[in-house]
Amino acid sequence: MIEDAPISLHDAPTRQLNMIEAINEALDVMMARDSNVVIMGEDVGYFGGVFRATAGLQTKFGKNRVFDTPINECGIIGAAVGMAAYGLRPVPEIQFADYIYPGLDQLVSEAARLRYRSAGEFIAPITVRSPFGGGIFGGQTHSQSPEALFTHVAGIKTVIPATPHDAKGLLIAAIEDNDPVVFFEPKRIYNGPFDGYYDKPSRPWKGHPGSQVPEGYYSIPLGKARTVREGSALTVLVYGTMVHVAEAVLAEKGIDAEIIDLRTLVPLDIEAVEKSVEKTGKCLVIHEATRTSGFGAELAALVQERCFYHLEAPVERVTGFDTPYPHSLEWAYFPGPVRIGEAVDRLMKD
Amino acid sequence: MAEGPSGTGTPRGNLPPLELHVPEPRYRPGETVDYAHLVIPPAGQLARPDEACAASETWPLTTQMVRVLGDDHKAIGPWNPGLDPETLRRMLRAMALTRAFDDRMYRGQRQGKTSFYMKSTGEEAISIACAFALARDDMVFPSYRQQGILISRGYPLVEMINQIYSNRADRLKGRQLPIMYSAKDYGFFTISGNLATQFPQAVGWAMASAIKGDTRIATSFVGEGSSAEGDFHAAMTFAAVYNAPVVLNVVNNQWAISSFSGFAGAERTTFAARAAGYGIAGLRVDGNDILAVYAATQWAANRARANLGPTLIEHFTYRAEGHSTSDDPNAYRSAREAEDWPLGDPITRLKQHLLALGEWSEAQHEAMDRELAEEVRAATKEAEKNGILGHGLHHPFHTMFEDVFEELPWHLEEQAAQAIRERETKWPDWKE
Repeated sequence: MIEDAPISLHDAPTRQLNMIEAINEALDVMMARDSNVVIMGEDVGYFGGVFRATAGLQTKFGKNRVFDTPINECGIIGAAVGMAAYGLRPVPEIQFADYIYPGLDQLVSEAARLRYRSAGEFIAPITVRSPFGGGIFGGQTHSQSPEALFTHVAGIKTVIPATPHDAKGLLIAAIEDNDPVVFFEPKRIYNGPFDGYYDKPSRPWKGHPGSQVPEGYYSIPLGKARTVREGSALTVLVYGTMVHVAEAVLAEKGIDAEIIDLRTLVPLDIEAVEKSVEKTGKCLVIHEATRTSGFGAELAALVQERCFYHLEAPVERVTGFDTPYPHSLEWAYFPGPVRIGEAVDRLMKD
Repeated sequence: MAEGPSGTGTPRGNLPPLELHVPEPRYRPGETVDYAHLVIPPAGQLARPDEACAASETWPLTTQMVRVLGDDHKAIGPWNPGLDPETLRRMLRAMALTRAFDDRMYRGQRQGKTSFYMKSTGEEAISIACAFALARDDMVFPSYRQQGILISRGYPLVEMINQIYSNRADRLKGRQLPIMYSAKDYGFFTISGNLATQFPQAVGWAMASAIKGDTRIATSFVGEGSSAEGDFHAAMTFAAVYNAPVVLNVVNNQWAISSFSGFAGAERTTFAARAAGYGIAGLRVDGNDILAVYAATQWAANRARANLGPTLIEHFTYRAEGHSTSDDPNAYRSAREAEDWPLGDPITRLKQHLLALGEWSEAQHEAMDRELAEEVRAATKEAEKNGILGHGLHHPFHTMFEDVFEELPWHLEEQAAQAIRERETKWPDWKE
C-alpha cells in the first residue's frame, strides 16, 4: 500500500516546505495550541537555532515560552524534567545528537522512569529534539546516530522522520504524547532528500511528494510505519536519511522491493514489519549508525524470531562501520549505494 | 628549528617531585576524636541581612555559621525566628516521630520485613524545619534522607511503611527500593536512586512556576557528597541564569558512605561558599539547631517568593548512624565522632530550649516519646496487614509492565503474557 498523497490524508491545503520549515511549523502550531509548550536549548531563542528550526518563535511567543539556555545538556534535560513535573510540556533542543550524552543520566534515569517509579504520579511529557546523522562532513561529533542508546531504554519513545510531511506530523504527535520522546532529525535531509550519491549536486525538497506539508494542525501517530514503496521481492527496513538512499539504490537496481520507513523505532510497528517480510521472504535492514548492538540488530532478531519460516535468505544489515565517524573518509564510511547494492545482490541471488 | 618554550625534558633543578594529595579524614576506627579544629561561632553573632540584599552581601554567612540556640538553650540574635511555643512543640514532636519511625523501620529491616532502610538520625532538624518554614504546596525535590518532610506534612505513616514493605498496599506497586517515596499530593517529588538528579529538576520546576506566574517555589536537597555531581553545577547555573525561585540545600553530614567530606572538597572551603561563584545568595547554618534552619529557610523562601532569586543553604550536621542498613560505619570512622559531635543532637537541643522557656517538662517529653513509639508501632501493625516484603508476590504481574509508558505497547503486552505464563510454572498455587 503506497501512502495516500498527503493532500488526501488531511483536509488542509498543503504547501511545499523543507524539513526545517516543517519542524518550525510543528513547533509554531503546538505553541499556539497549548500554552504549556515551552522551547528551550542552546541558541534556540533570539537567534532561532543554528539550523533555524526555531526561527521567529521567540518573537511570536515571548521569552517565557522560547528561551536560550546555558551550554549544559544535563541542565537542559534536567530542568525540562522538572518543568514537566510541574505540568508544562517542554520541547528541549540538543544542538547535535553527538552532544546529548551529558544529558543521558537525566533522560535514562529520570525522564524515562518518572512515570514508572512514581506509579504515574509524575510524568515527563518532554520531546527532546536533536539533529542527528552524517553525510555532511560533520566529523566525529556532528554526525553520530545514537538512536540505539535510546531504543534500549524502557520508557523512552524514539522517533525519526524522513520527510517534511512526516517531520511536522510526527513532531506534533511527539509533543502531544504523554511519554518522553527523543526526536532525531536527520540533518542531511533538512534541505533536501539525499540519495547517497555524494558527488552529485544536492537536490532541494521541491518536487518531492513528502515535501507537501498540510497547513495547520495534523498529527501522524507514533508507532506506525510508512510504506514508501510496495514490492514483493525484498523488504527494506529503514529510517531517516537512509530511506532516500535505499529508495534510489533499489530503483536503480530494478528490484521490486518493499521499502518501509519505520518512523518510530520504539514502539515499533511490528505488524508492518511482519506483514511485509512474510510477503517477500527477504529482509534488508539499513541504518547509518554503527553496526554492533545497533538498532539493526534488534530488527534482525525480531524478523528472525517472528518470520523465520518465511525467510528465504539470512537477514542482511547495512550499517555504518564500528568506528567513530571519520571526517575525510566520510564516503568510505557512509552506508551508501555500493554497500547497499552488494547486500541486495547477496539477498537476491538464488 | 624554532626554539619553543622550555617544557618537556627541560631539567627543573632541585624542584621536589609532584605529589598527589588524597584527602584523609582525621579519625579512623578506634582513634580519639578532638573537634578543636572546628570553628563553631557562638549563637546570635551573625547579622541577618535584608532578604532583598545583593547575593554578594551573604558572603560572611557562607563562611561562618548561622546559629540561634546558645549554650544556655536560649534563642538569641537577629536570626531568631521568634516561633511560638506551640509551633516549637509541634516541631519537637515531628523530629521525635521521625526518629521513632527510623528506629522502628531499622529494626524491621533487621527482622527481615524489608530489604533496606536509611535512617536520618541527627539530621531531623533540617527536614522538619524546612517543612515548617515552607508553604504546604511548595514542591520538595528530596534526596533519600528527608523523610522528616513527609512526616511533618502529615503523610500517613502507614503509607510510608507500605512502601518500605513493598506490600500489596504500596502505592508504588512494589517497583521502588524502600524509602524511595513519591507523594505528589504532599509536594514530595519521586525519589531517585541517582544522586543529585533532582537538583536541576527542582530548578526546572521553579522556572515553570515563574513562567506561569505562580507563587509557589521549589526546594531540593543533596548531601555534601552528591554536591560533587555535575548536576549540582547545572542546577546552580540554571538557578542563577533564570533567577529561579528555588531553595537549594546541601546537607553536609560529613560523610558520603565511607568517604568523608574532604572528597567533596570540604578541605578547601565550605559548601555554602560555592554560592558566591554563581552569584547566588548563600547561607551556612548549624543543621542541628532547628531554629537556625527554620530562619534560614524562611529567609531563602521569602527571597525566592519576592522574585529575588535562589539561595544555597549548607546545613552543617553529622550523620549519626550508618549510611544505610547495608553499611557499618565502624569500618571507616571513629565511633566517638557521633558521641562527641560539638553541635549536639537536634532533638535534645530543642527540648532543652523548650525546658528553658518553661514550656515543656521531662514528664511531657517521656509521655510524648511513649505515645510516638505506640503510634509507630500501631502504624507498623496496620501496614503488616498488607504484607511484608518477605511474603513477596504482592502485586498482579501485569502491574510490572504498566506505567513504563502511558499505554502498553505490543512488546510489553507480549512480555506481560510471558510473565503470567511463567508464574503458572513457578508458583502454581499463587492467585492474583
